[in-house]
Amino acid sequence: MLAQRLARQLTSHLPTPSRRRFLLGAVATGAGFTVGFHPVLAAGTKGDETAQPSPFEGYVRIGADGRVTVISAHMDMGQGCYNGIATLVCEELDADWSTVDVVGGFGNPTLYGNVMWGGAVQGTGGSSAMTSSFERYRKAGAAARAMLVAAAAESWGVPAGEITVENGVISHAAGQKAGFGELAEAAAAQPVPGEILLKDPAAWTLIGNADLPRYDSLPKSTGRQDFTIDVHPEGTLTAVMIHPPKFGATVKSFDAAEVKGIKGVVDVVQVPRGIAVVAERMHIALKARDLVTVDWDETAAETRSSADLLAEYRSLAAGPGAANARNDGDVEAGFAGAASVLEATYEFPYLAHAALEPLNAVARMNEDGTLEVWGGHQMPDLYQAVAAEIAGVTPDKVQLHVMKTGGGFGRRACPDSDVIAEVVSIAKALDWRAPVKVQWTRENDMRAGRYRPMYVHRLKAGLDGEGRVVAWENHIVGQSILSGTPFEGMVTNGVDLTSVEGASNLPYAIPNLKVDLTTTDVGVPVLWWRAVGSTHTAYAVEAFMDELAEAAGQDPVAYRLAMLADHPRHAGVLELAAEKAGWNEPAPDGVFRGVAVAESFSTVVAQIAEIRMGGDGAIKVERVVCAVDCGIGINPDQIAAQMEGGIGFGLGAILKSEITLTGGEVDQGNFDGYEVSRIEDMPKVEVHIVPSSEAPTGVGEPGVPPIGPAVANAVAQATGKRIRALPFSKADLTSA
Amino acid sequence: MALNFTLNGKAASVDVDPDTPLLWVIREELGMTGTKFGCGMAMCGACTVHQDGVPIRSCVTAVSDVEGTAITTIEGASGKVAEAVQAAWVNLDVPQCGYCQSGQVLAAVALLEDNKKPSDDDIDAAMSGNLCRCNTYHRIRGAIHEAAKMLEA
Repeated sequence: MLAQRLARQLTSHLPTPSRRRFLLGAVATGAGFTVGFHPVLAAGTKGDETAQPSPFEGYVRIGADGRVTVISAHMDMGQGCYNGIATLVCEELDADWSTVDVVGGFGNPTLYGNVMWGGAVQGTGGSSAMTSSFERYRKAGAAARAMLVAAAAESWGVPAGEITVENGVISHAAGQKAGFGELAEAAAAQPVPGEILLKDPAAWTLIGNADLPRYDSLPKSTGRQDFTIDVHPEGTLTAVMIHPPKFGATVKSFDAAEVKGIKGVVDVVQVPRGIAVVAERMHIALKARDLVTVDWDETAAETRSSADLLAEYRSLAAGPGAANARNDGDVEAGFAGAASVLEATYEFPYLAHAALEPLNAVARMNEDGTLEVWGGHQMPDLYQAVAAEIAGVTPDKVQLHVMKTGGGFGRRACPDSDVIAEVVSIAKALDWRAPVKVQWTRENDMRAGRYRPMYVHRLKAGLDGEGRVVAWENHIVGQSILSGTPFEGMVTNGVDLTSVEGASNLPYAIPNLKVDLTTTDVGVPVLWWRAVGSTHTAYAVEAFMDELAEAAGQDPVAYRLAMLADHPRHAGVLELAAEKAGWNEPAPDGVFRGVAVAESFSTVVAQIAEIRMGGDGAIKVERVVCAVDCGIGINPDQIAAQMEGGIGFGLGAILKSEITLTGGEVDQGNFDGYEVSRIEDMPKVEVHIVPSSEAPTGVGEPGVPPIGPAVANAVAQATGKRIRALPFSKADLTSA
Repeated sequence: MALNFTLNGKAASVDVDPDTPLLWVIREELGMTGTKFGCGMAMCGACTVHQDGVPIRSCVTAVSDVEGTAITTIEGASGKVAEAVQAAWVNLDVPQCGYCQSGQVLAAVALLEDNKKPSDDDIDAAMSGNLCRCNTYHRIRGAIHEAAKMLEA
C-alpha cells in the first residue's frame, strides 16, 4: 500500500510531458538489447498488457558461449539480490550456475517495475527485490527453458516432451545433446509459451540450497569487481565538489584564480548543488579544491545545532501529538484504570549511511546525442528523467549503466537524484567536452546530507494488577523523510508512515493503544537508512517492552509471547531464538542476555544478544542468536549473511554512531568523528531460518532493527541501567 | 621528475608531484583500480596495499615514500598465503558489496604471513583498521581461520 502509493507518486512526478510519452520514448530506444526493451511494451500500447514477455528480450541473455546473463530489475548494493534473482532464473532454466552473470536493466517499467510498488516504476528499496521478483524471474527462466526445448525439438525432429535439460545441457534419449549457446538464437525465435509451468518446490535444487555459492564472490575477492569509481571512459575528467557548509546555503560568488595554470586543472564551474573543481586526475582536483574560495549566501540556511533541535524535540514530545497514526480503544480510560503507569523517553541521533564507496557518478554525452550515465541507479526511472531534463534531451536518449555499488543502505535512492543531477550538470557546464566523473570525498559524503532523521519517542504504558499492558501511548517527534520530496503526497493526515512504521503496527495485543506523530520542520536533508522507521521505533518499543516486563516481574520472552497470539510469525521467531539461545537455561557467568523482536518489510526477526561488561563500562557483545521468518528462503546462506551484516551494522550505530550539527554545520567529516562498527565489535552470530512455504520477503534490512534493543535489554540486566539516549557511547556505564 | 618503484613485480615509473598519494598513482596513473578509495585519511583500510610485504594505507602514503620499494596491490596478490586467503574468502562467501575486500584480503594475507595460527583476538587486532560497512566481519574471521587451516595442511 505504502509502496504502491510511492510508485504512483513517483510516476506522476516524472518530468515528462506525459507518462505515455515517457513510455513511448523508452520504446524508441529498443535497439540495444542490453537495454532490455521488449515488444510487450509495444503490445501493451495495443491493450495487451498481460502477455508474457519473451524472456530473451529483457530478462535473460544467452551468449553463443552458453553463458547466461540475467538482467535484473533491482540494484545490488551488496545485499545479494542479483544472486537471488539469478537463482530464480537458473532454477527454472536448469542452467549451469557457474555460467551465470547479472547486469542491471532499466528504462522499461513494464518489464522492471517493482511489483511491490504497484509495478509502474522501477526501483530497489524496502527489502522488496525478492518479493517483486519471485514470480517474474521464475517465469522468465521457465519460458526461456521451454523455448530452448522447443528449438531443440525442432532442430532434432523429436517431441519436446522427450527432451530434458540439466545443468545447462539440453539432451534427448536418442543421444542428441546441445549446450544453451548452440540453441540460443533458435530459442529466441520460438513463440513465447502461453502458459508457463513452474517447478514444484519439491523439485527445486537451487532455491533453498544452503550450499549454493554466491556467484560474484571470486571477482569481489580478487579486486576484479568494478564499481562506479572504477568507470573511466577515455578522456574522463574528475570533478570534486564544494558543497554548501550549511544546508540551504547557496553560492554568492567564488574565486578560483589560484588554480589557474595548475597543470591538470581543467575548470572550476558553478552548478546548482555547489562548485565543481574539474581536473584530469582526482589527486589534482583535490589539491586544486583547497585553493578555491566560495562566498556563501546563508539567508535560507538551516543554522540550528542538533542540541537545540533535541531540546525542542523533547519539549514537543512531552506535549500532545500533531497527528495520529493509530488509536485503538480508549487510551485515557486505559491509563485511568491501570494499577501502575510507566513512562520513558528515547532519543535517537541523526545517522549517516557512510557506505564505503563515497557517492559518485559518471556522465558522457555521445556524438549521436545519447547521454550515458554510470552510477548506483537505485531509482532508474527517476534518474533517467532527471538526467534528461538537465541535459535537455528526451529520456529515451539517456542510457543508464547500473553499477554495483560499494554499499548503499538507502543512500543511492535519493528523491532529488543528487549525485546524478550533479554529474550531468557538471558535464553540461563543461559544454559536454569530455566524460565527467564526480567523486565525492568522505567529507562530502558525510557532510552533504541525507541522514536517518533525529527522533525523540515518548512512551507511556499502563499495567493492570497482573502486569498486563492495558494502555500504551507512543508519541514520536522528528522530521518526515517524504515531505518535500516527489513523494510528499503520500503523507496522509499528517502522518508519514516511514516515521511511525514499527510503532504504529505494534504487534502486541493491547486494548488501548495510541501512536501520535509530530513532524518537525528542519532544513537538514534526511533519507531512508537501512530499515528506515524501524531503526528507531523498534528500539523504543522493544526497550520499553522490556522495562514493562521487568516492572511486571515477568520473563521478557514469555511476557511478549502472551501478547502475540494473533501474530504467529512474531511468536515463532521469538520461540525459535529462545530455544536456540538456551534462554531458559542460565547464562554463563558474567554473561547477560537481552531479547527483541521486530517486523520490518513483512520479515520478522528475533534476536537474543549475549553481552559481557568490561570493567571500564565497555559493552562486549559476544554472541547473537537470530531467528528470521522471511517466507521461502531463496538463498539461505545469503539470508544468514544479511542477518550477520544487519546485526553488525545496527550494532555499530547504537554503540557509537551519531551525526551532530553545530550552528547548522555537520561536526563529523570522516570515520574518525563518525565511528562505525569494526571487526572487534562483531559478535559471533547464529542465524536460524523458520521453514516456510509462504512467498519470500526481503532480508536486506530486517536484520538491523532488533539488535539495538536486544543489546540495550542485556545491558539493563547487567547494570540495571536503561539506555534511552543513543548512541551508547554517551551513557556512563562505568559504575556498573 | 620520474619516481620509480616496483608494482606487482614490474618496474613502475611516474611523473607526478612527490606528495601525490600512492592510491591515486596506482589508480589513475597506472590504471589499476582494485585498490579502493574510502576515506583519504587511513581510517578505513579500503586502500590497503603491501610495501615490501607490510600493509600500508596508500591514501596517506606519498608516492615519494615508496621510491625503490616493492608495492603489491590486490592485482598482484600471489603465493600460497594469498591463494589460501582468497580461496577461503570464496568458500565462505565473505563479500557482500565487495568494495572493502581488496583491503581486507591484503590485510589478512599480511596477518597470516606473520602469524600462522591467529586467534580471534589476533585477527581483531590485525584487521581493526579495515572497515566493512556491510559488516562481513563474522565471515572475515571465519575465512582467516579457514585459510590458516589450509596452510597448515
